[in-house]
Amino acid sequence: MRRRISKQRKAEVEVAYRRVVITGLGAITPLGNTAAECWDKALKGISGIDVLTLLDPDLFTSKISGEVRNYDVDEHFDRAQARKLDRYTQFAMIASREAYKMSGLGSDGIDPTRLGVIIGSGIGGIHTLENEYLVVLERGTDRISPFFCPKMIGNMAAGMVAIDLNAKGVNYATITACATSGHAIAGALDSIRLGRADAIIAGGSEAPMTLLGLGGFCAMKALSTRNDDPKHASRPFDRDRDGFVIAEGAAVILLEEYEFARARGADIIAEVAGCGMTCDAFHMTAPADGGEGAARAMKLAVEEAGMSTSDVDYVNAHGTSTQLNDPNETAAIRTALGKRADEVMVSSTKSVTGHLLGAAGAAEAMFTALALRHGMVPPTATLENPGEGCDLDYVPQKARKADIEFALSNSLGFGGHNVTIALRKV
Amino acid sequence: MSLENRVTEIIVNKLGVKPEEVAPSANFQTDLGADSLDLVELMMDFEDSFSLKISDEEAGNLKTVGAVVNFLKDKGIEA
Repeated sequence: MRRRISKQRKAEVEVAYRRVVITGLGAITPLGNTAAECWDKALKGISGIDVLTLLDPDLFTSKISGEVRNYDVDEHFDRAQARKLDRYTQFAMIASREAYKMSGLGSDGIDPTRLGVIIGSGIGGIHTLENEYLVVLERGTDRISPFFCPKMIGNMAAGMVAIDLNAKGVNYATITACATSGHAIAGALDSIRLGRADAIIAGGSEAPMTLLGLGGFCAMKALSTRNDDPKHASRPFDRDRDGFVIAEGAAVILLEEYEFARARGADIIAEVAGCGMTCDAFHMTAPADGGEGAARAMKLAVEEAGMSTSDVDYVNAHGTSTQLNDPNETAAIRTALGKRADEVMVSSTKSVTGHLLGAAGAAEAMFTALALRHGMVPPTATLENPGEGCDLDYVPQKARKADIEFALSNSLGFGGHNVTIALRKV
Repeated sequence: MSLENRVTEIIVNKLGVKPEEVAPSANFQTDLGADSLDLVELMMDFEDSFSLKISDEEAGNLKTVGAVVNFLKDKGIEA
């Protein structure tokens, strides 16, 4: 056990592990094609949600979505390369390149065997899956592309990023639905702490805009059908919310062992101080009553970070804008933080990104890290009237300047998977 | 379009090489950077474009651009 005197807190903080920090960020989402663009829009509360263009709106009850815009494949990949990459893999590679470049690891140098990649996806290459299934039905099984399997599988994004960046260390994919990239970050944290890697690119990617992808969520009646007002459809914690808005994109954060980062003079964005992982063990899709599992995840993350719940300044909520998540997550925050819940700021950036599914956890960890760095909390942009059971300070509509030091980011996935990442200002 | 040009076009689209690189003596794997999966897809493309079947055994002998052109000509394909 090592003891460290926190400069910010002037208190003893016991740190049991090697410290892990963030030195790179990468994102391609409906808010923009770089991390900076996404952060800028999130802070300004400018929504990336609009009418559906990737699919025929007539086929779906929810005719709105968060789509990656101005996406020109040729800008990022040559044609022959692009043919072998499902859309979700393309997004993952673009985000990873950005994070890697931002970190400066490429120029400072890192032993490739010490650089890892953990990138997951909720559904992986569903575009490839659906396209190839059509080929089978129309032309037979002997017309299936030999690239079908490698393109479609949910781990190929992690594999291709590794090829792209020459990352020969720890490498795998996580799958936990909406908690996918939260688990990727937790896995990276663990591996670096255990000394298995010095740096890991961790996050998620999702390209779910297909007949089954969008149609499947429509069938569950999980999506907002506020089709006449896309910019206000994703309204976490609001009385008039009616479901989440599906979105596509990728986000990754580059986690690095602290001493390694310091030695090379890296610009450190924030510290990944801990994580909490639990399961509701309750229902396939509905959260446990009172958000019991999420509450435990938040408490565990705080404890692991060596902090107390009264230290929490901000929670970037899972905040999907569904009937069930928002009040249950609110209850979970109250259970986890006790009286601190009435002082803490909570916001959901899904209000402007929509639900990035497998990429959500990483996008939101990124926003949380930037909030700590810049002392600016992004708003729940679309909140007008808090709904029943939603009675916290959700930073409605406008970003707030606040010198925050310790924050949590929640990701709660179908299947009852809960991950909370605890981040600390450096 | 001549048979050679049609074959060249398919190869350029599949492998992302330049038309100038697609010489009759060019070997798909050693000269044009195709891996084993690329080769399978390439053969499927030839099958679709020229409406014929290429067996695995026949495909095994089609290692160069020229071999493919000759193979197609032998099958009675002109252009």
